[in-house]
Amino acid sequence: MFSYFLKRLLNLIPLLLGITIISFAVIHLAPGRPAYLKEMDPRISLEAQEQLIKLYDLDKPLFKQYLNWLKRVLRLDFGNSFVDGRKVIVRIRERLPVTLLINILSMVLIIVVALPIGVISALKPGGLFDKWTTFFVFLGFSLPGFWLALLLMLLLGIKLNWLPISGLKSFDYHQLSFWGKNLDIIKHLILPVSVTAFGGLAGFSRYVRGNMIGVLKQNYIRAAYAQGINKGRIVYKYALKNALLPLITILGLSIPGLIGGSVIFESIFAIPGMGRLLYNSAVARDYPMIMGGLVIGAVLTLLGNLLADLCYAWADPRIKCK
Amino acid sequence: MNKLTLFGISIIAVLILLAIFAPLISPYNPQAIDVDNILSPPSRTHILGTDSLGRDLFSRMVYGARVSLEVGLVAVGVSLIIGVLFGSLAGYWGGRVDSLIMRFVDIMLCFPTFFLLITMVAFLKATVFNIMLIIGLTSWMGLARLVRAEVLSIKERDFVRYAKAMGAGNFKIISRHILPHTLPPVLVAAILGMGGAILTESALSFLGLGVQPPTPSWGNILMEGKAVIDIGWWLTLFPGLAILLAVLGYNLLGEGLRR
Repeated sequence: MFSYFLKRLLNLIPLLLGITIISFAVIHLAPGRPAYLKEMDPRISLEAQEQLIKLYDLDKPLFKQYLNWLKRVLRLDFGNSFVDGRKVIVRIRERLPVTLLINILSMVLIIVVALPIGVISALKPGGLFDKWTTFFVFLGFSLPGFWLALLLMLLLGIKLNWLPISGLKSFDYHQLSFWGKNLDIIKHLILPVSVTAFGGLAGFSRYVRGNMIGVLKQNYIRAAYAQGINKGRIVYKYALKNALLPLITILGLSIPGLIGGSVIFESIFAIPGMGRLLYNSAVARDYPMIMGGLVIGAVLTLLGNLLADLCYAWADPRIKCK
Repeated sequence: MNKLTLFGISIIAVLILLAIFAPLISPYNPQAIDVDNILSPPSRTHILGTDSLGRDLFSRMVYGARVSLEVGLVAVGVSLIIGVLFGSLAGYWGGRVDSLIMRFVDIMLCFPTFFLLITMVAFLKATVFNIMLIIGLTSWMGLARLVRAEVLSIKERDFVRYAKAMGAGNFKIISRHILPHTLPPVLVAAILGMGGAILTESALSFLGLGVQPPTPSWGNILMEGKAVIDIGWWLTLFPGLAILLAVLGYNLLGEGLRR
């Protein structure tokens, strides 16, 4: 296990370098000089442009620009925000926990809901339950998540007034008791978490169904049936375990979409997380913030994938031997 | 042909017709402001109601179909060009080229999709064309992997060996003998990708970072509708339904072709 871990860790280095190269390339999207200097965008003041040139050494040769930038990125120094002058990394650190919390909760929700759906529809492919879930999965693939968020907001928040529709805390948060405070935050999280989870639900339940159908056809399952072991035990003990393995990877692969989705949902529900921070920075053309968010977001995804791979190796001993 | 596939095709046909004949179909000028009819609910004169500037929602949505159709075609076109190029290079040459390109794909996949999108939008100007380009530039990775896998299996087949033995050049082998055989799965992926591109564009426009008003797109109509969501439900309901149907159409068609 240890040597596998080490190998995976060494594998990260070229990927991390690649992330910095692509992020750096984004600054120089337009050939020659960066787009914002060429366009003289009226949204950026002359002062900010000078700051930019200094920050990214834009008056030096390209190679030197990258090296200097890389050196600072390795120290997690992304410069200061144009908007309030505070350090980029400090602002991201403030906002990150909320985003991580929402993403982890929605991942749990995806698993809890999609797993039974996938398993039950795999038991009788083409049956009534399977037909209905297939229909909903198709709808789920085509449904714009932000529109669903708006509809739920309109129905549950505005018309029925059951759930709060913006922020993380109510106005009277500080007067609430300990349990009241927790309940308040949970109420605020219900809509964002369920909408974030919705995007992954359709795909994940499809994968569970597909894997389950594949595993149930295997010889060892037929052998188990032949031995007269009861069906529940076969399905939930023998088949499910093997069907679940590849899903760890799928869950890891869904991380970029989930984190990316936080831009949309945190903006809709006015949640003070990293997605909303990045969105506001994009609107305000706060370039140091944007670049910091991009690099940190990619590194987080990379770490998430690493975690998924390690879980996989832990769950499936065959991987470690390779 | 499956009933659902047919349903998908008819949705897309309607979308194309709306986009082409937008000036003939829309009863009002989509940009015409009418202060006497602000936020009027669906009625006989305005079948889908009007927005907060009194503009006719139905006309705006008909013109919005143009944006959606274009975005699907151009964004997928861009990702097809990049994906097929990288995928066939990696699959055909293998070795160093392959591992370099596939590493690049891995790295691109690390970026949270919307983080990369809004960063690029912030650096470039938010014109309709740039939006389509950016969506294409951030969505080619799946296609590249697909094409690579197809090329890997096809290049070992006898007819490719024969062409090689007859002295055909690499470029000719790839373009004439290998790529045509990858067409069916690539076509399916491209059609599914069009639905994805429409979803992405509408989300970007909804955030105010995509197609800029007054040019109507389903996403930015939803953005403007959000401000008056409690009194103008039709501004949220209808454009969202349009996005749902269009994407559903592409998905149904794609799934139908897969079989």
